[in-house]
Amino acid sequence: MAKFENIRNFSIVAHIDHGKSTLADRLIQLTNTVASRDMKEQILDSMDIERERGITIKANTVRLNYISKSGSEYILNLIDTPGHVDFSYEVSRSMKAVEGSLLVVDASQGVEAQTLANVYTAIDADHEIITVLNKVDLPAADCDRVAEQIEDVIGIDATDAVKISAKTGIGVENVLEAIVNKLPCPSGDIERPLKALLVDSWYDAYLGVVVMVRVKDGRLKKGDKILMMQTGATFTIDKVAVLKPQMENIEFLGPGEIGVFTASIKQVRDTRVGDTITLDRDQCIEPLTGYKPSQPVVFCGLFPVDSSEFEVLRSSIEKLALNDASFSFEMETSAALGFGFRCGFLGLLHLEVIRDRIEREYSIELITTAPSVIYQIFKTDGSMLELHNPADMPDAVKIDHIKEPRIKATILVPDEFLGDVLKLCQDRRGIQNDLTYAGARAMVVYDLPLNEVVFDFHDRLKSVTKGYASFDYQITGYSADQLVKMQILVNDEPVDALSTMVHRARSEARGRVMCEKLKELIPQHMFKVPIQASIGGRIIARETISALRKDVTAKCYGGDMTRKRKLLDKQKAGKKRMRQFGRVEIPQEAFIKALKTNE
Amino acid sequence: MSQLSIYIHWPFCEAKCPYCDFNSHVRKSINQEEWTKSYISSLKYWAQKFPKSKINSIFFGGGTPSLMSDRAINEILSTIYKHWSIPSDIEISLEANPTSSESKKFKSYSASGINRLSLGVQALNDKDLKKLGRLHTAKEARNAFDIASCNFNRVSFDLIYGRQYQTLKNWESELLDAIKMTMGHLSLYQLTIEDNTRFGQLFSKGKLRGLPEDVSSVEFFNLTQKVCEANDLHAYEISNHCKKGQECKHNLTYWRGKPFLGVGPGAHGRVDINKKRYMTEAPSNPELWLNQVQNSEFKNFKFEQISHTAHAEEYIMMSLRLKEGMNINHYTNLAKDELPNDKVKQLIIEKLITLENNILKTTKTGKLLTNYIIRQLLC
Ligand SMILES: Nc1nc2c(ncn2[C@@H]2O[C@H](COP(=O)(O)OP(=O)(O)OP(=O)(O)O)[C@@H](O)[C@H]2O)c(=O)[nH]1
Ligand SMILES: C[S@@+](CC[C@H](N)C(=O)[O-])C[C@H]1O[C@@H](n2cnc3c(N)ncnc32)[C@H](O)[C@@H]1O
Ligand code: SF4
Ligand SMILES: [Mg+2]
Repeated sequence: MAKFENIRNFSIVAHIDHGKSTLADRLIQLTNTVASRDMKEQILDSMDIERERGITIKANTVRLNYISKSGSEYILNLIDTPGHVDFSYEVSRSMKAVEGSLLVVDASQGVEAQTLANVYTAIDADHEIITVLNKVDLPAADCDRVAEQIEDVIGIDATDAVKISAKTGIGVENVLEAIVNKLPCPSGDIERPLKALLVDSWYDAYLGVVVMVRVKDGRLKKGDKILMMQTGATFTIDKVAVLKPQMENIEFLGPGEIGVFTASIKQVRDTRVGDTITLDRDQCIEPLTGYKPSQPVVFCGLFPVDSSEFEVLRSSIEKLALNDASFSFEMETSAALGFGFRCGFLGLLHLEVIRDRIEREYSIELITTAPSVIYQIFKTDGSMLELHNPADMPDAVKIDHIKEPRIKATILVPDEFLGDVLKLCQDRRGIQNDLTYAGARAMVVYDLPLNEVVFDFHDRLKSVTKGYASFDYQITGYSADQLVKMQILVNDEPVDALSTMVHRARSEARGRVMCEKLKELIPQHMFKVPIQASIGGRIIARETISALRKDVTAKCYGGDMTRKRKLLDKQKAGKKRMRQFGRVEIPQEAFIKALKTNE
Repeated sequence: MSQLSIYIHWPFCEAKCPYCDFNSHVRKSINQEEWTKSYISSLKYWAQKFPKSKINSIFFGGGTPSLMSDRAINEILSTIYKHWSIPSDIEISLEANPTSSESKKFKSYSASGINRLSLGVQALNDKDLKKLGRLHTAKEARNAFDIASCNFNRVSFDLIYGRQYQTLKNWESELLDAIKMTMGHLSLYQLTIEDNTRFGQLFSKGKLRGLPEDVSSVEFFNLTQKVCEANDLHAYEISNHCKKGQECKHNLTYWRGKPFLGVGPGAHGRVDINKKRYMTEAPSNPELWLNQVQNSEFKNFKFEQISHTAHAEEYIMMSLRLKEGMNINHYTNLAKDELPNDKVKQLIIEKLITLENNILKTTKTGKLLTNYIIRQLLC
C-alpha cells in the first residue's frame, strides 16, 4: 500500500461548462490511465443523457498513477463534479471524500454563479484550492482580468493560478505538478478499526449496487462483514476495486484511499450516502459526520399519454429510482389525466433529465403537469399539512395561513442587463439583499419565493440577459404569504391538473394569461368552450373559444391525396395525445404550455 | 378492359403567384423538344406496365400547360392514342392562363384533340388580379375566354374568392358576371393561405391584411353556393359548380377513388395491380425528373403499395367532397372494417351528415366541416 505522502485526493469544481470534464480527460490521458484508442471526449460522462446534453450530472471518480517531475510515484484520486445547481448535492458530498479542489474558471468568461457556490463549498470543507484558468486558447481569454476577479470576488490568492487549455492540452502537466506539490496528503491509521465514508452508490445491471467509499482508518477487503452505522444493516463484501475508470479489482482499500465495493446490495435505497462503514466485529467508536440527505424541492405529475401504459410507467420509475435516491414518487390520480405519479426532484433540470430518461429508455410518452413546490398549510385546528400538489388543497375555511419555501438567489450579470434582472426579480416577488460589483459584472443577491423560480425563471433570465447571466440558489426557509389556489374551468368544469398556487396580488394577471394561452392551445369544438380562472369560486378571468364553423379544404385533387393522408396520420397521433375532459378535448402539451408566461 | 385516366404535369410558369404552392417553377428558357421526348418516354414506360387499358380522360395540369408548344401537345397525345384504346367520348382537358400569347395556341390545341379548357381567370377586376400577382388583365381574360369558346365545346374557368378586402357585395356581383360568361362549369376556390408561399410568409408576420375572418368566410362560402344554385350551377364538389352533365370527368376520377397515371415532375398516380392499390410519385424537381427519365431511371420513382386502410381512407377523404357522397359498402370492402357506428350516429345527430341506402353525404352545414367529419370518422 502506498504511503500517505504519495496519495492525493481532489475534486474538480467549476461553473457549468467551464471545462471540468475536459480537464479530467487530459489528466487521464497524461497519466496513460486509458489507452488512447479507448479515449473519447468527457470520458467520465458515461450516461447517455450526459453525453447527449454535454453536461455532467453525476460526480465521477477515477484513480490515476502519476510519476512527478521529481520522480516520485503518486496515486491521484480525482472526482469530477457537475456544475449545474440542481446537482450541487453531488459536489458537497464529493468534498468530504477529498482534501483539495481544483477550481476551474473559464478565462474567457470569468467567475459565474456556480463558481462561487462551489468554491465556497470547498472552502467550507477546509480544502486546499488550486486555481486553474482554462480555455486560454480562446481569443477572448483574459487571464489577468479573471485572476483579479477571483481575488476580488472570492478572496483567494490567484497569483499562482495554472493557465491551461483543457481542450488543446496546453499547461496541463503543470496542473499535475501543482496537485502533488500543493495539495495536502491524506492521513489516517491502518491499525485502527475500519472507518469509511459512504460517498456514493449506484446500481449496475450486472453487479447490483456499487458503493463508493473513502477509507479514513483501517482497511476494507473482500469477505469482510461490514456494518452501516446509521442504518444498522450488515453486508459481506464480494469485491473491492478502484475505478480507472473501469473497475479494477484490488486486494484491499487502506486509509486515504478511494474505491468501490459490492456486497449483494439490492437497491440504492438500502445504502445511505454519508453513512459510516465499519467492521461488524470490530467497530469504530465514533461515526463520521455524515451529510444532510438531499431533499426533492420541485414536484410534478407524470402521466402516460396512452393511459394503458400506466404499469409500464410504474416499473420504469421504480427502476430509475433504484439508481437515484434523490428522486421521490407516489401514485397520483387526476380526473383529467387518469393514473400517474407525483414525483419530486432536486430542480427543473433533474426533472427534465428523469422525464427524458423515462421517455427514451422505456419508450413511454409522458404528460408532465405544472411543477410545484412544497407548501406548508397551517390549518385552523392547529395542524400542518405539507402540500405537494395544489389539487389536494384543503377547503379554504379550514386554512389559517400558508407558508412557502424561499431561496437565496445569487445572480451574476453584466451591468448592461442589470436593470432587466432587477425587474424580473421584482416581478417575481423578490426582495433585494445585496448588490455588489466585480468589474463590469454585478452580483445581486435576492430573497425569492421558490415557486416563482421553479417554472420558467431560468428561461426568462437567460432571455432577458441574452444568456449572459448565471444563477445559483439555496433554500433558506419558509415564510407566510397571501397564497391562493387558482382553478381553471374548461367548459364550466374544473381541470385539476391545471390548478396552481399563486400569490393573491398576481392572481388576476396570471389567470388572464393562462386563459389566453389555453384559448390558443385548445382546438375549436362544435360548440363554444368557455375558459375561466377562479379563486374560491370567484371568476377572475375568462376567455371563450368560438365554435368551429368551417373546416374544409378548397382544392383537393389527385396530387393532394398523399399529403392529405399524411396530415390525417398526424392528426391521429395528435388525437392520442388528447385528453377528453367532459365534452372537451385538451391536447397534452396544454398542461405545461399554459403556464409559460412571456411577460 | 380496365379503365384509366392520365394526368400530365407541366411544371413551368411565367411567374410564381404569391398564393400558389403547386409544383411550379420559373425558368428562362425551356427546351420543349427535350421535354416532349421525356413525356413520351414516360408514357411508353407506363404503357408497358398497363397496356390493355381504356383511357377515360386526360388532363394537362400545372404549372401552366398552356406554355407548352402545340407540337408538344400533339406529340404527347399521339403517343397516348397509339398505345392505349381511346373511346370516342374521351375528355381531354388543359389548364390555360388567359394571356393573349397563350390564347393564340387554342386552335391548334383543339386540332390535336384537347376538348375542354380550364382557364385560370382568378378575378374579374384588375386591382385584385394585380394583388394576386397575375400577369393578365380582366379584359385579356374575357378575350381569352371568347377565343376558347370558339375553339372548344367545353370551357371552364377558375376564380379565387375571399381575397384581401373583398366584400360580400363585390363578390356577389363579380360572381354574377362570371355566371353570365360561363359555358356551364366554374371552379370557385376560397383563397387558402399555404405555408410555403409569399402570402404564407406575409400572413405569419401579420402583414396580409383584410382577409375574411372565420365568420365571414362562412358567409362567403354560403353566398357562393346560393348564387350558383340559383343560376342552375350545381355544386357537384366543394369548389366545383356546373350545369347537369358538365362535370369534369377527369376530376371525378380522383374524387371517386378511381385509378390514374401521373406523368411529369412531381406527378402522383394511383394504380391497381391484382386488386391492390399502389401510389406512384415522380421526383418533383423538373431538371432531376428530366434527367432521370432521360436515363430511364424509372426505378427511382416512387411506386409503393398502400395498405387497404390507407386506400379506404383516401376514398373517404376524396368522396366526401362530392355531392353524390360516398358508398359505405365500398368503404367497408376496401377497409375490411366498418365505419365507427357511434361516430356516424353522432354526426347524424349533429346534422352534419345523412345516411340513406348506404350513401353517406354531408349536409349543407356539414360540407363546411368536411375535414372535421373526416377526422371524426377516421381518427
Ligand atoms: N476552446 C476551449 N474549449 C474548451 C476547453 N475546455 C473545455 N472546452 C469546451 O467547453 C465545453 C464544456 O466542457 P466540459 O468539460 O463538458 O465542461 P464541464 O465543466 O464538465 O461542464 P458540466 O459538467 O456540465 O458542468 C465543451 O464544449 C468543451 O469542449 C478549452 O480549454 N478550450
Ligand atoms: C394549379 S392552378 C393551375 C392553373 C394555372 N396555372 C393558373 O394559375 O391559372 C389551379 C387553380 O388552383 C387555384 N389555386 C391555386 N392556389 C390557390 C390558393 N392558394 N387558394 C385558392 N385557390 C388556389 C387557382 O384558382 C388556380 O387556377
Ligand atoms: S397559380 Fe398557376 S400560374 Fe400561378 S404559379 Fe401557380 S400554377 Fe403557376
Ligand atoms: Mg462535466
